[in-house]
Amino acid sequence: MYDNGIQPAMGVWWKPAHKTEKVWIAIAFAWCMVLFAMMPIWHLKGGQNPTGIRHRVEPADFEARTNEFIEEYRVGEEAGIPIVEPPAGSDVYLVGKMWQWTPILRLQEGATYRLHMSSTDVNHGFNLYPFNINFQVIPGYDYALDVTPTEAGEFRIICNEFCGVGHHVMVGRVEVVPTSDATASAGGAE
Amino acid sequence: MKAFRTCPTTGLSVHRDADNLIKAHAVVATVSLLVGGIAALLVLLTRWQAIHLLDSVWFYRILTVHGMSMLIFFIIFFEMAVLMFAGPILLNSRVPAPKIAWGGFGLMVAGAVLVEWTMWTGKADVLFTSYVPLKATPNFYLGVILFAVGALVTVGIFFASLVVAKREKTYEGSVPLVTFGAITAGIIAVITLLHGAAIYIPTWLWSMGLMNVDPQIYRLVWWGLGHSSQQINVAAMVSIWYLLATLTVGGVVLNQKVSRTAFVLYILFISMASAHHLLVDPGMGAAWKVWNTSYFMYMAVLASMIHGFTVPAGIELGMRLRGYTQGVFGWLRKAPWGDPGFSSMIFSVVVFGFVGGITGVTFGTEQINIIAHNSLRIPGHFHATVVSGTAMAFMGVTYYVIPLIFRKRIAFFKLAQIQPYLFAIGMLIFSLSMTFAGSFGVPRRHWDISFSGAPFDVQYSPAVDIVMAVMAIGGLAGILGGAIYILVTVWSVFFGKPLPVGEEENYADSIPQGLITKPWTQIPDTDRDPEAPWNIGPVPGTVVLVGVFFLAFVTYYFANWALLSFVWKVG
Repeated sequence: MYDNGIQPAMGVWWKPAHKTEKVWIAIAFAWCMVLFAMMPIWHLKGGQNPTGIRHRVEPADFEARTNEFIEEYRVGEEAGIPIVEPPAGSDVYLVGKMWQWTPILRLQEGATYRLHMSSTDVNHGFNLYPFNINFQVIPGYDYALDVTPTEAGEFRIICNEFCGVGHHVMVGRVEVVPTSDATASAGGAE
Repeated sequence: MKAFRTCPTTGLSVHRDADNLIKAHAVVATVSLLVGGIAALLVLLTRWQAIHLLDSVWFYRILTVHGMSMLIFFIIFFEMAVLMFAGPILLNSRVPAPKIAWGGFGLMVAGAVLVEWTMWTGKADVLFTSYVPLKATPNFYLGVILFAVGALVTVGIFFASLVVAKREKTYEGSVPLVTFGAITAGIIAVITLLHGAAIYIPTWLWSMGLMNVDPQIYRLVWWGLGHSSQQINVAAMVSIWYLLATLTVGGVVLNQKVSRTAFVLYILFISMASAHHLLVDPGMGAAWKVWNTSYFMYMAVLASMIHGFTVPAGIELGMRLRGYTQGVFGWLRKAPWGDPGFSSMIFSVVVFGFVGGITGVTFGTEQINIIAHNSLRIPGHFHATVVSGTAMAFMGVTYYVIPLIFRKRIAFFKLAQIQPYLFAIGMLIFSLSMTFAGSFGVPRRHWDISFSGAPFDVQYSPAVDIVMAVMAIGGLAGILGGAIYILVTVWSVFFGKPLPVGEEENYADSIPQGLITKPWTQIPDTDRDPEAPWNIGPVPGTVVLVGVFFLAFVTYYFANWALLSFVWKVG
């Protein structure tokens, strides 16, 4: 008798597998090992990893730290939101709050910053347009990632975690200036 | 009235309580599908920017209704019906403690009604995930708790039915493979529902101001419910593949050990998939993410890849043993494509594997998730798994449940025959378009991607408009397919003509062919090597199919690593 799915399996059914089945399982198993190995390998060799430095933080403390950061490096204002131009290598703070990203960031191409993100109310989602880079922003947690803008231009931060009825207007701005301009305008800031 | 009837098609003893419980759960599942389907139409017509039907308040409200009605109520009510079939019916047994079983059903209905009430009255605009600290009214959480407790009771009755069947010796040998798969679904359901209790009870207390819930811990435990519940679907769906393979074409089980071990891998590892949602969260470190997102080095993926071979191979062998031996794909060409049970099963296997599986593993890779998280790529993935995979399989099996359990002929059988094609192709276009739009960064769960009223403009590539329009057309076709399914099933069950016992062959125009030809009885027991009975014949067609699948998998996976390497350096 051949077994099917709806009849009980009779006697001892612990038998060697079909030859083709064995080959496929071996291929699938090897592939699973490749899938697994790729993640540690990318931690060692790749340029994009979501680990960063992570701390718990009181939302009020994070907001206060962001305000200090804004006062220190503020260079202007647009749409009522401060524009901030931090020096290369500095700690940068970004706060998500219904329904605004604060502040606007002006960064230098090729420079590395430690970007701290958090929320003071509900979950928000960090999506960098037009690059499709995404991180979760959670109240009570400071998520600090070392970021290096590899290209100059205009960028947007779109909230992609539902945060209430005004979710769709929660758009922030990042400006990345080419290296030559940056040295000219930010000269002496350090 | 006798407690048992004998099924004229399969010869199994069918317990009246099992019959009635299956009917009740299936009917409520269909009502949930209707509610969720109407919500799907409204959500779709809003995300299609050319129509943009709902305002932002109602969009998120209806999106909440869509998620809860489909992912929780439709699917879990249907799965409870599957358990009642795979336990008492396939084992020739009875439902122990039927009053308690009905109590569980009552709790599930009460919970579902309470949740629907709070959502429709605008007291729970928190979406399916209800991430703390977004707050809904306490009754929303209470409704989910009642539903989960009711489902746990029903799963408990299912396990009790296994014990009773064993003790009363209603079957010999080991439980059938389909029952074995349903047992794994039941065990995963327990794990899932306990996570649900562990998160919704504190959240309910929090909503009444009685305690605090940490937003990150909420996400961790909630996804123990949210993702694991989709793994109940996987186990139930694969069981239904084996069931439909037998009923429609006499599909055989190549090797009980292999298929059952694959199910056990699901139990052991699949609940770790909670991590898929937390890969770009601040709360967890790299080791935790890598270990958990890979389900212990991809052992649950291995399980799915095994089923992805054994199911089509079993179908191919069943067809070959019945004489369809021509060429590599003769068995597939001569298959009963007009049987909605068969076509649904094939679409379910193919779309689940090729689209749902490949995108799921790729997006669930720790670093690749950076370019997928919360974009439309994610609903693109899970509409291919849960809708084109699970719901499609559930629809296919319904075309057998109506004659077998309800003893009714299928109304509008011609419509039922085209339904799987419309649904599968519509949802395939929908899922692929969503995935494609998501790779441009288009966010999921978003009312207005023209961002009107935002302080800064965002202009997506013109390709996005076209892709979103194609998505809408695919979605509309899928919704039409879903509507036909509801029409056919409701009409057959409530107004359909009865199927007289023993007269199946007279109704080839209104029941699936498997019930007439009974292909599982036509498998000859010849040509087996007595020395090695497990080598039951070559399956060249399946080898070609899994080869194509493997190439697609490898290509898509590494293409995504390449895409990732182009974005900003981050770490």
